[in-house]
Amino acid sequence: MAAAASIPIMPEARFALNQRRQASQFAELFDLLDAVKDPEIPVLSIWDLGILQDVALDADGRVEVTITPTYSGCPAMAQIAEDIITCLADAGYATVDVTQRLTPAWTTDWIDASTRKRLREYGIAGPDSAACPQCGSSDTSVISEFGSTSCKALLKCNSCLEPFDQFKRL
Amino acid sequence: MTNQSDIAEYALRLGDDALIHGQRLCEWCADAPFLEEDIAIANAGLDYLGRARMLLQYAGSILGRSEDELAFLRDAPEFRNLLIVELPRGDFAFATVRQYLLDEYELLFFEALTNSSDETLAAIAAKAIKEVRYHQRRSVEWRRRLGLGTEESNRRTQAALDELWGYVPEFFDADELEDRLVADGIGVDRSALEVVWRDRVGDLVDEVELSLPGDEWQVSGGRRGVHTEHLGHILGEMQFMQRAYPGLEW
Repeated sequence: MAAAASIPIMPEARFALNQRRQASQFAELFDLLDAVKDPEIPVLSIWDLGILQDVALDADGRVEVTITPTYSGCPAMAQIAEDIITCLADAGYATVDVTQRLTPAWTTDWIDASTRKRLREYGIAGPDSAACPQCGSSDTSVISEFGSTSCKALLKCNSCLEPFDQFKRL
Repeated sequence: MTNQSDIAEYALRLGDDALIHGQRLCEWCADAPFLEEDIAIANAGLDYLGRARMLLQYAGSILGRSEDELAFLRDAPEFRNLLIVELPRGDFAFATVRQYLLDEYELLFFEALTNSSDETLAAIAAKAIKEVRYHQRRSVEWRRRLGLGTEESNRRTQAALDELWGYVPEFFDADELEDRLVADGIGVDRSALEVVWRDRVGDLVDEVELSLPGDEWQVSGGRRGVHTEHLGHILGEMQFMQRAYPGLEW
């Protein structure tokens, strides 16, 4: 029972996203795009964050990549689109269209347990935990709900006294 | 069949609200009372600019104009924003009271717009509402801190409320175009939001020891392109680069 209880429950939204990738006939394109990282959080890929929604290749060799913005004004989206085009061009795909899709609206439910763990190791608390990523203390307080980027809030640890970022729950 | 130009005009109105307000908020960057507030205001401003881009892109896709043309090459009478967002930034109490009044309105408005039968507007609303909830929470916090803070912060907050109150009726004032879109299930019936808005704002104003101003005066006209003199000034700053160097790109 203890072992079963420790299996993290995957949010439904993430499960649907994973299934889309598994069922896709363009698996190698998804694999290539794993190299595209979030410009603000270089340890995570756009796939990990749920920004990458779909990839398709048509008969003329044109690749269409569908991404969704985390926040309406996220300035990283332009950079991400450029990185996608560069990444696929390096692999020989010359014609790439990056389109933005708004529905379903991006949610932190697309960030699964293993990604949250890597976020924490990078020094950013996940959207469902306000524990200090440095010392693990749960005695923390909010300095500001608006942090260094749109997707993060600024918190402070009352045990080790270090400030840290938290991914805002959205 | 809904006229596409009605939808374009509607998207333009909402886009202009977001664009002008976002630009105003960014004036606070590096000038707020403390660093975290600088960041918070700039963050909120960024949310508004993002929303403005989505809406102006949508309006532009119908009108055959780019978002940049719409933002940078229209003159004041062609803007359709609510007057409240173009007023000068004022002091910090004024900025937070305006944000609060707007947040409570947007909370109701975008919630309703998520049910629009126009898929693009519904999708933009679904994105916006999540951000509005964050903004509103911060605004309520500031109402408490400034309303219940010192005599001076309470006085300034009350003065801001008095000065802004006459711009509130425009939130709920629809015209024929909006009536048509409401009938088609695309637009939001703004007049239906007023009772709830007044209840919510009234409750918080009571709680933080302020008093609701009377409804002695009101101005409107933004949706028809009739603006205060302040809009020309903010456009002068916002549009300067495109006017001085037409076609400039970063």
